Amino acid sequence: MAAVCFMIALSLYIVATVSFLSYSLRRSEALSNVSLSITAVGFAFHTITLIMRMTGASSSAPPSFSDALSFFSWMIILVLLIVEFRHRIHVLGSFMVPLAIVSLISAAALPESEPTLQPVFKTLWFHVTLSMLGTVGFAVAFVAGVMYLIQDRLLKSKQFNVLYSKLPALDFLDHLNQQSIVLGFPLLTLGIVTGAISAELARGSYVSWNPEQTWAVVTWLFYFVVLLGRLTIGWRAKRAAYLTVVGFACVILTLVGVLLKGHSALS
Amino acid sequence: MHLIVVGLSHKTAPVEIRERLAVPESRLGEALTRLCSYPGVKEGILLSTCNRVEVYSVVEDVDTGYGRIQEFLADTHLSLSSEQLTPHLYWHTGDRAIAHLFRVASSLDSMIIGESQILGQLKDAFEVALAHKTTGVIMNKVVKKAISVAKRVRTETKIAEMAVSVSYAAVELAKKIFSNLHEKTVLLVGAGEMAKLAAKHLIANGVGHVRITTRTPQHAVDLAERFGGTAVPFDQFKDDMASADIVLVSTGAAHYLVGAEDVHRAVQERMNRPMFLIDISVPRNIDPAVRHVDNAFLFDIDDLKHRVEQNRAGRVHEAEKAERMVIEEVTMILDWMKSLEVTPTIVALRNRVEDIKRAEVEKVLGRLGHLSAQDRELVEGLASSIVNKLIHRTMVTLKNEVNSSSGPAFVEAARQFYALDQPAASTQQTETYSESSRYLTDSRPQSEADEPTPEPSVPKRAR
Repeated sequence: MAAVCFMIALSLYIVATVSFLSYSLRRSEALSNVSLSITAVGFAFHTITLIMRMTGASSSAPPSFSDALSFFSWMIILVLLIVEFRHRIHVLGSFMVPLAIVSLISAAALPESEPTLQPVFKTLWFHVTLSMLGTVGFAVAFVAGVMYLIQDRLLKSKQFNVLYSKLPALDFLDHLNQQSIVLGFPLLTLGIVTGAISAELARGSYVSWNPEQTWAVVTWLFYFVVLLGRLTIGWRAKRAAYLTVVGFACVILTLVGVLLKGHSALS
Repeated sequence: MHLIVVGLSHKTAPVEIRERLAVPESRLGEALTRLCSYPGVKEGILLSTCNRVEVYSVVEDVDTGYGRIQEFLADTHLSLSSEQLTPHLYWHTGDRAIAHLFRVASSLDSMIIGESQILGQLKDAFEVALAHKTTGVIMNKVVKKAISVAKRVRTETKIAEMAVSVSYAAVELAKKIFSNLHEKTVLLVGAGEMAKLAAKHLIANGVGHVRITTRTPQHAVDLAERFGGTAVPFDQFKDDMASADIVLVSTGAAHYLVGAEDVHRAVQERMNRPMFLIDISVPRNIDPAVRHVDNAFLFDIDDLKHRVEQNRAGRVHEAEKAERMVIEEVTMILDWMKSLEVTPTIVALRNRVEDIKRAEVEKVLGRLGHLSAQDRELVEGLASSIVNKLIHRTMVTLKNEVNSSSGPAFVEAARQFYALDQPAASTQQTETYSESSRYLTDSRPQSEADEPTPEPSVPKRAR
């Protein structure tokens, strides 16, 4: 049943992406509400899937990596719906929904891997949830950054095309970028701390410098510098956009690190 | 009763003719009164703007009406003769006249398609006509409809959304860099006309602070007063640039006043907050190399003009949609106008009472089965004479008022009193009656009476 809901949600997201993209590239405003409604229905099915997985799994079982990814894309869509509701920037869907799809497909494609850490108390749940929420912040910053760079390029080259008219103002995108990092960074920090505590409880050492932990620390340092730079020496606008795009690459590598670790533990 | 329009516009007449024909607002009332004093002219509106002078009128006879209005136009200015005017005039009647009015109101006939002034001008012309009582049922309805069509076009198409003036294009671009112009500062360097206009638009769109610099210090102070801003000494404006989010340059200088280095420094001082620079001067006053400075967005006059051209093309595209709406709306109002014709109204009225009578008589006779054939005839005769006497005065009045100016008002009244635009509810004792069956009841007796088929009533008017 959960699998069926999952497939429905995924298919609806794919339809919504096509609809959002054709909205963004055509002059007409017609498809905006259609795309949004499809996404919202997909989101409802996605929510059902998540609830079923949570209630279905025994409470002592650790969260699997694919569940974490599914939760990640669920949050992405939630943020999309909230921003849409408040600012009516439909073009955002063309960027956010595909991101959610990629993460959902990876979630579906991944083998059910055994976790390396045996869950002690609920710390692992905290670790996964907080890290994923932090990652959502960085993902939104990444999307805002990409949109910023596109709009910057269009303005600089004076290409007043359809995409130009649908993308929001530069300072809005910069602000969205900043807000996402300001929210994402403390969440990731807490995620790393709870991760270290979980490791301590399970293995007796906070840090073992496996790929996951190494990349997590690199990511954390990177965003720390980005945030500090913005607040002190004016790393905003175009530079901030570039940095958040690079930063998200670090995040992806961390997630790959989690996977590798899972596999190396298996073999 | 016919609706006609006679007039000329920027499409048919040069400005030399238009300016002489234009009626100043102060004399509009007097002109309207004169218009309606011509025999055969029942209602009139005079729309006089810098791009068009048009008379919309309801007349008894189309050809005489054309002649009268042409006469009226030629009389508005001493130096104009009817012969001089003729080659520039256009004449429309019926649906074409209505379509013309709708197109004018929706700004589809304007020099700049989609501009919003014309609607206000039409409203003003209508106000004046109302004040001088030169409009009646037909004109009021048609002009009000034209205004609502124009509003529909405005909201349902993007015809008015895109900036089509250079000064407004600057505002449009600013909004793609700053989502909110409030609390933003604009620095005006030099005071060319277009720059002043752009500054005005920016202020109207919320820009909070204005700083002004010109070569003549006093000029800057005067302008600062006018815009509610601050004057900045000309030799210091480059140091002041960092405080400005928007820089508007238009001086007569023959060289670059602002170099890439200056802008780079300003952006750094602003901690990389984006800066929007507009160079309206020819020759240019901002070094084009500014394009390579990150977070600074420079647009020169050609860029703005290019944007305007694009938007114009966009408006033409939207105008096609608007034209379709106009056609739709014209058909609707034509239906209403047809309903105002006297003969179909009389026929409809007769049918209505005939239906009521027949239904009531059948009901009663059904219960009085014991009556002889003679008595039955008597009952029927009684019913007939009551309904005929009841509607007799109405019929006579309608016929008498066919050609008077209040004719349409009587028709409209009769249609409302007897609910002729609604399905025959009284005969059926039900409110629901399908469109097609109503059409049948309405048209059946027409073929007997050999009258022109009345249009089925306009559903919109049914209350």
